[in-house]
Amino acid sequence: MTTLTPVLTDTWDKERSWSLDTYLAAADGYTGLRKALTMPQGDIVAAVKDSGLRGRGGAGFPTGLKWSFLPPDDGKPRYLVVNADESEPGTCKDIPLIMASPHHLVEGVAITSVAINCHHAFIYVRGEVVHVYRRLLQAVQEAYDAGYLGKNVLGTGFDLEVTVHAGAGAYICGEETALLDSLEGLRGQPRLKPPFPAVEGLYARPTVVNNVESIASVPSIVRNGVDWFKSMGTERSTGMGLFSLSGHVTRPGQYEAPLGITLRELLDMAGGMREGHQIKFWTPGGSSTPMFSDKHLDIPLDYESVGAAKSMLGTRALQIFDETTCVVRATSRWMDFYAHESCGKCTPCREGTYWLKQVLRRIEDGGGVDADIDLMVDLCDNILGRAFCALGDGATSPVTSSIELFRDEYQAHIDNHGCPFDPVRSALFEYTPKAGALAGSAGGH
Amino acid sequence: MTHDSRYDEATLASLKSDAEAIVARYPDRRSGLLPMLHLVQSVDGYVSRDGILFCAEFLGITPAEVSAVATFYTQYKRHPNGTYTVGVCTNTLCAIMGGDAIFDELSEHLGVGHDETTDDGAITLERVECNAACDYAPVMMVNWEFFDNQTPDSAKAVTDDLRAGKPVTPTRGAQHVCTFKQVSRVLAGFPDGLADEGGLAGAPTLAGLKLARENGWTAPAVPAAGAPEGESK
Ligand SMILES: Cc1cc2nc3c(=O)[nH]c(=O)nc-3n(C[C@H](O)[C@H](O)[C@H](O)COP(=O)(O)O)c2cc1C
Ligand code: SF4
Repeated sequence: MTTLTPVLTDTWDKERSWSLDTYLAAADGYTGLRKALTMPQGDIVAAVKDSGLRGRGGAGFPTGLKWSFLPPDDGKPRYLVVNADESEPGTCKDIPLIMASPHHLVEGVAITSVAINCHHAFIYVRGEVVHVYRRLLQAVQEAYDAGYLGKNVLGTGFDLEVTVHAGAGAYICGEETALLDSLEGLRGQPRLKPPFPAVEGLYARPTVVNNVESIASVPSIVRNGVDWFKSMGTERSTGMGLFSLSGHVTRPGQYEAPLGITLRELLDMAGGMREGHQIKFWTPGGSSTPMFSDKHLDIPLDYESVGAAKSMLGTRALQIFDETTCVVRATSRWMDFYAHESCGKCTPCREGTYWLKQVLRRIEDGGGVDADIDLMVDLCDNILGRAFCALGDGATSPVTSSIELFRDEYQAHIDNHGCPFDPVRSALFEYTPKAGALAGSAGGH
Repeated sequence: MTHDSRYDEATLASLKSDAEAIVARYPDRRSGLLPMLHLVQSVDGYVSRDGILFCAEFLGITPAEVSAVATFYTQYKRHPNGTYTVGVCTNTLCAIMGGDAIFDELSEHLGVGHDETTDDGAITLERVECNAACDYAPVMMVNWEFFDNQTPDSAKAVTDDLRAGKPVTPTRGAQHVCTFKQVSRVLAGFPDGLADEGGLAGAPTLAGLKLARENGWTAPAVPAAGAPEGESK
């Protein structure tokens, strides 16, 4: 049986868990940084490489390998940018992590900066979480005051400035090159790759962009060793990760477990589905990862196994829906989101998400025609692989996967001229629906 | 045509000194634009014409360049915002757990639709996208503080209190919700000293940890000589 492995979460139940004092006392805080400062830079990169740590922001790219792509140091600036934009639907791990224990991240930023010889790091936090931003600003200030950041870090002569930057509401700014444009004070639209950020990133200088959880995992690797980290997880998906369960489960929340745990095991820990209900569909890693059904409960949640099952581990955002939920409604609402958040730079995504939204809405409202299902498959075909960035590709995932798993349900909407589901049954409280004229329909915003 | 903003001298002086503090955080001044727009909202309650002109002049870019950025991001308001932005998540997960019903009832209760403000200027109602709190669904945000596990009744009660001028406490966040202008100033990077408020994380955040504690589950022990460079902890 797989058990939970609290590492990043281990301090969260302590009093004032977000403070430096607690981090020092309860998590051996900043001993990883002290050790890193005695190591040759190449050894830190090698340790992270050997640990097998893969990016926790969605794509799963090996973290140490990414760092090693930086060109040789030319003495001019190179940057670390932490991606704390967390906006992928279902994803809710980085925000509680920063809220509960920002120093895991701040220490990770310091160690990574030492490893790649960066003297100015940035943390880009989505703007819609003010208390999280408060806690992070304070943690960075505490770290400055204690000498972990700033001029002459811990007396070693290493200088490190850290800027915490608030975004202003745009999912696309989580895409790493859009994030860099946004951080430069521009509209957040993706850049052509190559050049990759490692070569030309922030201010056209070599830049490492990593997810919050990736960077927050680094101190534990440096402190406890490569073998320790690799003793968790699977051979190619090493270590622990935050699994975020949401939806129709008894105890939704954050479960820190070795990669490779299954949803069946996690559901068991979370008290199962809400009473009297069964699982119908779920996302393994956010709305942009093709959905699974009750047939996929035993797939190990690691990069390879989820990939082999034609989805992606993504951000381990396990959004779980029971049999009361209309999959057409779910997909239609996700498409509203993608259409709203499409940055407009490329035609397949800008136009494709717009039309998918119209067709889904039509089916949901009972006006669908037989050809609509194939029309959507065709639209997705024209987006996937042709969009400028992964937002467009991701937008097709819920559509194609839900059609594959629940084609009959789409057909039923078309045949019966409307939705056979009662939304009241899937809500977590009792209510009487109000058809408020003012409210307008969702997706109208 | 003059590009000068029409702030009075005192306001302009404090905007300038705050903007200097902002751009000093970056190697390139232009990076200060997003926080500067939050700063403008902290003074005017939205991205005003004057604010756009101020940013343009201060950064040496055109007002069109500033507007292009301001209109890209949903947190920047084009009209004077209410004292409180009440955002109901109607992305899929929250919508299905009840967010749709909450939005509909709030809309009726307040007499406004999406991105509209109540007559008393207290509340601007919005549909918001996923706010990274799915384990607390259905979620509502008031001035970007978390109101977790909402129902139509709890949401209406919050807005009634806000309109009555009573202090309102988020489920996770500062002791009391600040005004839109105050919060905008924090987002511009100026701490308000409230970081220690709000106490322990909520139950979902701690769900896995609690279970681990109950069962005595821990991460693997650190191998004695496993650490790189051999230094033990
Ligand atoms: C539309 C879109 C949104 C994204 N949002 C995020 C995000 O909020 N946080 C994140 O870390 N990565 C996000 N990513 C992935 C980043 O582009 C990038 O791969 C990641 O930050 C790299 O960090 P990692 O290697 O540590 O995972 C997003 C990608 C896309 C296409
Ligand atoms: S795929 Fe969508 S979000 Fe990405 S560049 Fe194209 S329009 Fe913008």
